[in-house]
Amino acid sequence: MLDIMKYFTLKEMKKSLVISIWFMILTFPIMVIKVNTIENTVVWRWASLLGMGIGSFIMATLWRYLLERKNMKSPLSTKKTLQMRVVEWANENPKVKPIALIAVSIFVLSFPFFSGLYQTSIMTTALMYVVLGLGLNIVVGLGGLLHLGYAAFYAVGAYTYALLNYHFGLSFWICLPIGAGLATIMGILLAIPVLRLRGDYLAIVTLGFGEVIRIVLENWNQFSFGPSGIAQIPRPGFFGMSMNLQTATTYIYFIMIAMVIFTIFVVRRLENSRIGRTWVAMREDEIASESMGIDITKSKITTFALGAFWAGMVGVVFAAKTTFINPASFTLWESVMILCVVVIGGMGSIVGVVVGAMILILMPEYLRAFSEYRMLIFGAMLVIMMVFRPGGIISNIRKKYKFEPAQAAKNADKEGVR
Amino acid sequence: MDLQYFFELFVGGLTKGSIYALIALGYTMVYGIIKLINFAHGEIYMIGAFTALIIASALSFTGMNPVLIFLISTILAIIFSASYGVTMEKIAYKPLRGSQRLSGLISAIGMSMFLQNYVLLAQTSDFLPFPNLIPEFKFLEPVKSLISPSGFIILVTTAIVMILLTYLIKFTKTGKAMRATSQDPKMSQLLGINISKVITMTFIIGSSTAALGGVLISTHIGQLNFYIGFITGIKAFVAAVLGGIGSIPGAVLGSFVLAWTESFGTGYISSDYEDVFAFLFLIIILIFRPSGILGRPENKKV
Repeated sequence: MLDIMKYFTLKEMKKSLVISIWFMILTFPIMVIKVNTIENTVVWRWASLLGMGIGSFIMATLWRYLLERKNMKSPLSTKKTLQMRVVEWANENPKVKPIALIAVSIFVLSFPFFSGLYQTSIMTTALMYVVLGLGLNIVVGLGGLLHLGYAAFYAVGAYTYALLNYHFGLSFWICLPIGAGLATIMGILLAIPVLRLRGDYLAIVTLGFGEVIRIVLENWNQFSFGPSGIAQIPRPGFFGMSMNLQTATTYIYFIMIAMVIFTIFVVRRLENSRIGRTWVAMREDEIASESMGIDITKSKITTFALGAFWAGMVGVVFAAKTTFINPASFTLWESVMILCVVVIGGMGSIVGVVVGAMILILMPEYLRAFSEYRMLIFGAMLVIMMVFRPGGIISNIRKKYKFEPAQAAKNADKEGVR
Repeated sequence: MDLQYFFELFVGGLTKGSIYALIALGYTMVYGIIKLINFAHGEIYMIGAFTALIIASALSFTGMNPVLIFLISTILAIIFSASYGVTMEKIAYKPLRGSQRLSGLISAIGMSMFLQNYVLLAQTSDFLPFPNLIPEFKFLEPVKSLISPSGFIILVTTAIVMILLTYLIKFTKTGKAMRATSQDPKMSQLLGINISKVITMTFIIGSSTAALGGVLISTHIGQLNFYIGFITGIKAFVAAVLGGIGSIPGAVLGSFVLAWTESFGTGYISSDYEDVFAFLFLIIILIFRPSGILGRPENKKV
């Protein structure tokens, strides 16, 4: 086992010192000098230089320690990870699963009643990202196609509801399938031109597609009311009942819960269906799967279409929840955020996406205490996460069929004796 | 059609394309060697511009010769940006070598967010004016309406950088090692090339050209803030992909083609849809040439 005390020897301290001096020089102009261009004066902030030096000294030591610890674990080591142990333990004790399920559902169902309005609201947002993440997971995790314009479909859903409601007064429940359907059609429309592209070319085209949709929404004033957006979108109704803000928030929360359950159900079924397996085959090797008789064209179009479906649906809920939308909600950062949910959680794994969404959405909210620094911390967390756990928090464990050699051998022996 | 207007747009596209090219080079070189979309590259460009602004403003209070200030701040900006690039590689990308490619992308996105907010917190979110350091050139008088002194400097510098870079890549040992690594990293390692050194070198060159682009465009436009790196970075990346990512002449060609598309599109059609022209053009090109204008089609193997 590696000892952290090893890093307090003179030699290691010297290394950390060199790193901290490097950082002090590196950050000197930006951290220390601040020019006031109006009064033409220069402010020298020596204190931040000192802080930087001490901070980077500690970080350097810690970083090297953690990195070495990570590298000590060889990829072939038989040591079980925490996740594997939990899964095995759950398999061995079949009673655990229903108990855990009941506990989670009690918590989920009672959540809006014991927490405040604000908590319920951000939890709803997190649930929206769960569905978005699961939808993108179809494209990125299962289909293996890097998609950077996912927010465009989300925008399609949101604008469908906002505009149909504005012009024709259609209600939330009618718009929900329409929004999802239109997003699916957009998905197909995007999939057709990009069929031949792969890897990073695909990524940049989807990125471009997302930006085109956003810019069109921003500039086509007659259609989408431009950057000022659409306000006063009604919240979803419940058989014409009038609701105050508190009940409405709780109601949307439960709609999202239902939607998450529905999504998980469908995605699980899809994953193990014939379509889902063609996606995975396509991800692993396009040419090989094509030669095995999989229609790649169809398979790619279905990934994009079914991925977009969920975004369109969540888009409608988003418009109903915030009651105001404008193109600024659907920037590239939004797509990147959803991608981060998928990758941080663990690509291809449903539980991973749920956990990823909870962490990525709730963390910045609870980091509000450090309000200014939260995006800084968030960025650093992404890097640290990827460096120390590149596979995501919960990696997708493939189903394994076990075969007991001892038993089989015994049976074979018996056969032999007879 | 008005010829004067046409030339204005043409020259405008040329200056813009030069800046894109300086940034796109870094994208394409990094991609060629470690197959990573360095999302944080735009931030390096921004840091280069910011460093130059800070140093130039601080020096201009002392009343030094503007040209001298410009040179000093540019050189320092390049040195600092190159150091940022190398440090970034050591922290965020080196430990990820050999893991799946999406991890690298997310790490780069995290780095980009971090650097943006670092500059925002350490400096300011306001637009800062960049001091005017470029002297008036006498010989530009006749074409004054077409090209400004800073535009002229951009064109000349870009041309010089391109020539130097071509020389470096084609005729030096480092360049040879880079080309070998981008073709086959494993094999070149077997032949005794120090891959880590090559990657460091790539980041140094890429970050330096990006910083140079940042300084030049800031003097041209006259102001900057912490957010300039993001959209320009994306555009430069589009340019690199347009030309065929991994190919250096491709990146330059892609940059000019992209800049002209934007320039003529905004000039003759509508100025609201500048980015739409860029992206639509990219999509159309990629439909017909899936690996960019100069990119070699991938060899498909099973």
